[in-house]
Amino acid sequence: MKRYSAFAVAREALRFHSGWERAWRSPAPKKKYDVIIIGAGGHGLATAYYLGRNFGIRNVAVIEKGWLGGGNTGRNTTIIRSNYLQDPSAAIYEKARGLYENLSQDLNYNIMFSPRGVMMLAQTQHEVRGYQRTAHANALQGVTTEFIGPQKVKELCPIMNIDGPRYPVLGALWQPRGGTARHDAVAWGYARACSDMGMDIIQKCEVTGVRQSGGKVVGVDTTKGAIDCDKLGVVVAGHSGVLADMAGFRLPIESVALQALVSEPIKPCMDVVVMANTVHGYMSQSDKGEMVIGGGADGYNNYTQRGSFHHVEETVRALVETFPIISRLKMLRWWGGIVDMTGDRSPILSKTPLENCFINCGWGTGGFKAIPGSGWGMAELMAKGHSPLTEGFSLDRFKEGRFIDESVAAGVAH
Amino acid sequence: MLILNCPYCGVDAEETELSPGGEAHLKRYGPGSSDADFEDYLFQRENPKGVHFERWRHANGCGKWFHAARCTMTLEVFGTYEAQSLEPPKSIQKAISKKRPGWSWREFS
Repeated sequence: MKRYSAFAVAREALRFHSGWERAWRSPAPKKKYDVIIIGAGGHGLATAYYLGRNFGIRNVAVIEKGWLGGGNTGRNTTIIRSNYLQDPSAAIYEKARGLYENLSQDLNYNIMFSPRGVMMLAQTQHEVRGYQRTAHANALQGVTTEFIGPQKVKELCPIMNIDGPRYPVLGALWQPRGGTARHDAVAWGYARACSDMGMDIIQKCEVTGVRQSGGKVVGVDTTKGAIDCDKLGVVVAGHSGVLADMAGFRLPIESVALQALVSEPIKPCMDVVVMANTVHGYMSQSDKGEMVIGGGADGYNNYTQRGSFHHVEETVRALVETFPIISRLKMLRWWGGIVDMTGDRSPILSKTPLENCFINCGWGTGGFKAIPGSGWGMAELMAKGHSPLTEGFSLDRFKEGRFIDESVAAGVAH
Repeated sequence: MLILNCPYCGVDAEETELSPGGEAHLKRYGPGSSDADFEDYLFQRENPKGVHFERWRHANGCGKWFHAARCTMTLEVFGTYEAQSLEPPKSIQKAISKKRPGWSWREFS
């Protein structure tokens, strides 16, 4: 792989950009791999990358039914934060946030990580107490957050109306090293690095069956033929239920649509990420100037990547009250992704009833921010059979009642 | 926009009038059941890509709970029926079979 650098840009400028390589190869599948990862989204590619980098397992295929990064990786609102209440969540999200800081250098690919700061508004007394509690928990967990008052909120984000008639801003949980990153670039950067290590990324190849023998996975059937493997990792987000059905086990997951939208680009007016969980909306400004807006998930099962219009209306209505400046903005694009929700709104990174099959799913509405940490933990789990990062997130927590209850702890929006 | 016919009051209710209530026909387990049964009842879900049976409440209407048969892949509604049913009426099962030959959903298909 030729490295990207200022020198490379100068070199290519002098020869009509004829020397750029393809970022990753598109090989035909081999007969057999040590590890097959199903799903070339952020989490799948990160898992493959850390398998290679941390454990030297490089005979790996990442299989994708569409194109890489074309699912939820390319459909989120790109927010990165780690201010969770529960210890296992804070650990894995903080690991991810820490890895994001150096990911561009690590991958030699500019993922445009922008630690601009994330604030979660407290708009009721209940939320004030909740976020103060989270700030204390974060201090114990080693996650840098702070509870700030309304004046500091106004200072950090002048376009906000903090005296809203219905939900005035009473303060915020502020994580100065949270922020955003370019979501596609995260997938592309990992894909390029995986390909460089000799891994095969096989796109437009849908898995149609999981072949088993004696309680073990021996391979997968795909639209490009059967492929054998020693270990299988299932990292398919919204379609986890479909894959689990093929493999013959059940999951505590329901797939629902979550939507986001962006406005027409405007001049820079907001250099932080704001989340308002009571009124249910969150917003940041992209480098292009678009306001990136996300809201609530639908309440019913759906695989269509289209959501309900009334959720968009609710989200935008709430945000207009908090940010009167956006009331005349036109919305440019609007899309939905299928997210996999677990009972406690925490992910599953776990062994499965099949001995050599591992699953990474259930990230629900908060997967993008976790990509590097999730890949790191999942790779360790697949290589060594256990990982301190994923310990709490095993499948049997539902049977044993060891929930990591972020649905109650962290409010609603992710 | 999702429109479901409430089998009690007969109104064609749209989404904002309704509250989703999750999977229908769950088998409820009581005292003395095994951990696995409780896990099944409380957490494990069918989550099919295709034919699905759900509970809905006509919240901003007559307030009653009912069941709906729906396709999660196309958002097509096959029919709605009363909540006091152990399985979907034969007419709805037939309507589904006509449009989705070979469909299955746990014990009835």
